[in-house]
Amino acid sequence: MRFGVVVFPGTWSDRDCGWVVSQVLGAELSYLWHKDADLKGCDCVILPGGFAYGDYLRTGAIARFAPVMDKISEFADRGGLVWGICNGFQILCEAGLLPGALIRNASLEFRCLWTNLMVERTDLAFTSKCEERDVLRIPISHGEGNFFADPATLSRLEQRGQVVFRYCDPSGRVVPGANPNGSVHNIAGIVNARGNVLGMMPHPERCAETELGGTDGLKLFKSVAASALKVLVS
Amino acid sequence: MRFVARVIVTPKPVVNDPQGITVRNGLATLGFREVSDVRVGKYIEVSLEVAGELEARKRVESMCSQLLANHVIEDFRFEITPGVAAPS
Repeated sequence: MRFGVVVFPGTWSDRDCGWVVSQVLGAELSYLWHKDADLKGCDCVILPGGFAYGDYLRTGAIARFAPVMDKISEFADRGGLVWGICNGFQILCEAGLLPGALIRNASLEFRCLWTNLMVERTDLAFTSKCEERDVLRIPISHGEGNFFADPATLSRLEQRGQVVFRYCDPSGRVVPGANPNGSVHNIAGIVNARGNVLGMMPHPERCAETELGGTDGLKLFKSVAASALKVLVS
Repeated sequence: MRFVARVIVTPKPVVNDPQGITVRNGLATLGFREVSDVRVGKYIEVSLEVAGELEARKRVESMCSQLLANHVIEDFRFEITPGVAAPS
C-alpha cells in the first residue's frame, strides 16, 4: 500500500501524516506537490490538515483548482482511496467529491480538544479494523469544522449510511453536549456513496502513538493498509 | 468595455449564522435593541473588460457560481456598472 500525502501552500499536517505512514505504519510514502498532476502510483491519497492557500475566500475554495486535484478526481472516479482530514475534508467538499460544506464553528471559537467518535461504518477500507459501535478518541483542531448539508442532502446521507463518524460522549451516546462545533446530526466524518472517498474533521494522525496520548487514530491507518490485500485479490 | 461588478455573497437562510448572532448581541449590548436580525456576508468587487453589459452579466454569474459563492451554503447577487472602481 503506497500512501500519497498532498501538500498545498499552507498545509501543515503533511509531515504528521507522513510520519505515521512511514515511521509508525512502515508503509511506502510519497509527498504530492499541489502543482504536480502526478499521483506517483499511490493507492491511497491523503489530503491533510492546514490552511491551504490561507483559506482565502472560503476554506478549501482555492485548493480545489490545484493541478493535483484533477488527478485526484479521476483517481476517485476509478475507485481509488481518497482520505481528507480536516482541511482535506473542506477541500473535498469544495471540489464536489463529497456533499455538504464545512462552516464556522457555532461557538465562533477555534476548538482544539479531544473528541469521542462513534464509528457507524466498519465495512469501509478506512474503518475495517474498527469494531461495530467502536468509540474512538481523536483530537480536533479547527475553527471551521461545522458540517452543514441542506435537509434533502442530509436525509440522503443518513438513509444511505454515508455518515461514518459522529461526535459522542465517552460511552458512545450521540448527544448535543458532545458536539464541539455545531455540525448537523453531530457529523464528524462522511464517505461518498461508493465508499472510497472519506472526509473527517478530527485528526487521526495526531493520535497514532502512545507518546501523544492515544493510538485510536492508528486503527484507521491500519484499516487502509489492510485494504491493499483486498484490492490485489479482487 | 470596462465594467465593475459589485457582488454580495450571503449565507443561505437555512444556514446558521453564528457571526450574525454575535453581531446582533453586540449591537444589543451597545443599546441598539431594535435590531431583530443580523446576517453577515461578503462584498467582492470585480473589475472586468468585456464586449458589453450582457456579456459582463453572464461572465460574472459564472464567476459567482464557480468560485465566488459556494452554492451549498451561500446565495449571491450582483450589480454591474460601466467604468472603473473608485480608488480605495
